Amino acid sequence: MKLGRVRTPWWHRAIERLIALFASSAILAVIAIGVFVFRQAWPLLIDDDALTDQGGLASLFRPRLWPGYDEPLHVWQPVGFPGKLDVIPLVVGTLKITGLTMAIAIPLGVGGAVFLSEVAPRRVREWVKAAVELLAAVPSVVVGFFVLAILAGGVQRAFDLTYRLNAFVAAIGLAFAVVPVVLTITEDALRTVPRELVEASLALGARRWQTTLGVTLPAAMPGIAAAVVLGFGRAIGETMIVLMASGNAPVMGLDPTSSARTLTATIAAELGEVTPGSDHWRVLFLLGALLFVVTFALNELGRWVVLRLRRKLRAEEVAPVSGRARRATATAEVAS
Amino acid sequence: MSRGDRWLAWGSGLALAIVLFATSALFGVTLFEGVPRLDLAFFVEAPDASMVGGGIAPALVGTALVTLLMTVAGVPVGVATGIWLAEYAPRAGRFGPRLAVLVRAAVANLAGVPSIVFGLFGLGFFVLFVGRGLDHALAEGAPVWGRPGLLWASLTLAVLTLPVVIVTTEEAIRAVPDSLREAALGVGATRLDTVFRVVLPRAAPGIWTGVVLAIGRGAGEVAPILFTGAANYLPELPNDPRDMFMHLGYHVYALSTQSPDVDASRPTLFATVLVLLALAFLLNLVASVLRSRARRMA
Repeated sequence: MKLGRVRTPWWHRAIERLIALFASSAILAVIAIGVFVFRQAWPLLIDDDALTDQGGLASLFRPRLWPGYDEPLHVWQPVGFPGKLDVIPLVVGTLKITGLTMAIAIPLGVGGAVFLSEVAPRRVREWVKAAVELLAAVPSVVVGFFVLAILAGGVQRAFDLTYRLNAFVAAIGLAFAVVPVVLTITEDALRTVPRELVEASLALGARRWQTTLGVTLPAAMPGIAAAVVLGFGRAIGETMIVLMASGNAPVMGLDPTSSARTLTATIAAELGEVTPGSDHWRVLFLLGALLFVVTFALNELGRWVVLRLRRKLRAEEVAPVSGRARRATATAEVAS
Repeated sequence: MSRGDRWLAWGSGLALAIVLFATSALFGVTLFEGVPRLDLAFFVEAPDASMVGGGIAPALVGTALVTLLMTVAGVPVGVATGIWLAEYAPRAGRFGPRLAVLVRAAVANLAGVPSIVFGLFGLGFFVLFVGRGLDHALAEGAPVWGRPGLLWASLTLAVLTLPVVIVTTEEAIRAVPDSLREAALGVGATRLDTVFRVVLPRAAPGIWTGVVLAIGRGAGEVAPILFTGAANYLPELPNDPRDMFMHLGYHVYALSTQSPDVDASRPTLFATVLVLLALAFLLNLVASVLRSRARRMA
């Protein structure tokens, strides 16, 4: 609809252009992060001289018979002669700690969300959500310190562990960061489950708990899956907590009571002390690029699930059916 | 209530209780151990060479400066992006909505990038690429720009906190009723006038919520500043944006992992952590007050 033409001053147009220009900043930032992290690692991939005392690029992933060892092993020991740059122990350490973290954080996060959306009265819910938000706002260095100074000693005494700092306490610390993510997204997912489904189930005579376990939770499953995926991404990328609490020894093997070293902690601990441009420096940037790619993929996966869920919900909302008819169809769906 | 219902309530309640207990333990212990060490001197003095005695003034100032610069650099870009997404993208022809999809995807991914990768990016881009490039262009002998410093750390954090500002700004602007826009346009205001004089004032509390959340996030992050500007021990305050600086979070990390005498440094450590936690708590409180005001206005 065009009424009498409003005259737009040229400088309004200029400012609008500027706003549009700024808006592309997020895209540029993501591209720049990928490019400039990868740029430092790039020579490893194209330069024939790179990693020569290691045996080429493949040596990053291949066990090798190091001087002083009896059998070929994966070893990450970048300081020494020769520097041993095999990233497998770091990948194993990362998976060990994130796996343990998810084993702690999923029950707590999903359980807490179930309590909030299905059991708790409204007032309680408001307060608890504020507390969870506060937990999410605690800086990770504080959590790392808390585990290092308080929790690790207690856990060691309680379970009679050999090492004070180990993969298990690091996982408890990481759970502090991951639980708020899992809990909030799961709670959102539970609350967007159409009320008709729940009412239909109750009307058919199902108990509350049967409805929760048999109807609400399955209906919210895509959202819960997204919560888990995004929580996993957070766990893989978290740095300060594992750096301070995991003991940082690059041990192979999946024993939760032994120390572990993650990709993030390796970068944080070592980059400050390596010569810029050395193989070790470039391998650390390569690990960063790997983290970037992995978290990017996890994020896209989580986002895709959430978007699909939201689209489905919206489609149900705009369906031009009267309330009663809608409820009847929903009931029929559940019953069939 | 049937038996199963009770089981469900107790089971899920237990999960939540564990989370709440852990949270309150973290706050409680820090409060209990940190308060005795707090006095005025702690806030106004520099740490002594062992970092056990003295105060945390340089770390406080450093944190404030890096957060301030971060806000100045990042918030305008974030708010502009939010404005574009909510006000202009849907009306920018065929091209706009498509670009908006891309921008939103970028924002979501930016929010998921690990903080240590931001550190690598800050070093690789700001320090080595931009900084060294400036040194080269200005024919500086020794690196002046091309080394870690306050400016580069702030810019790294600005990129890190961009998603928070963008998402909250877009949400706040979308919550402004269309009738206001129509009224403004109807009386002959241009689109830009409408945005700046009608929409933005109304969305202000929501936008400020995002800014405060971004400050809270940026002030607590340590990994991105490890290689881009934070100093282990530097009692003098920075007087140039290219200087290195002390930082509360980094101070906690350095003290708790590199202290020569763990028992002696314990009270100082707890007090520093308490300051950092209090900061996070206060910013969170301000954000939720702003948010409830934003809800009331919408």
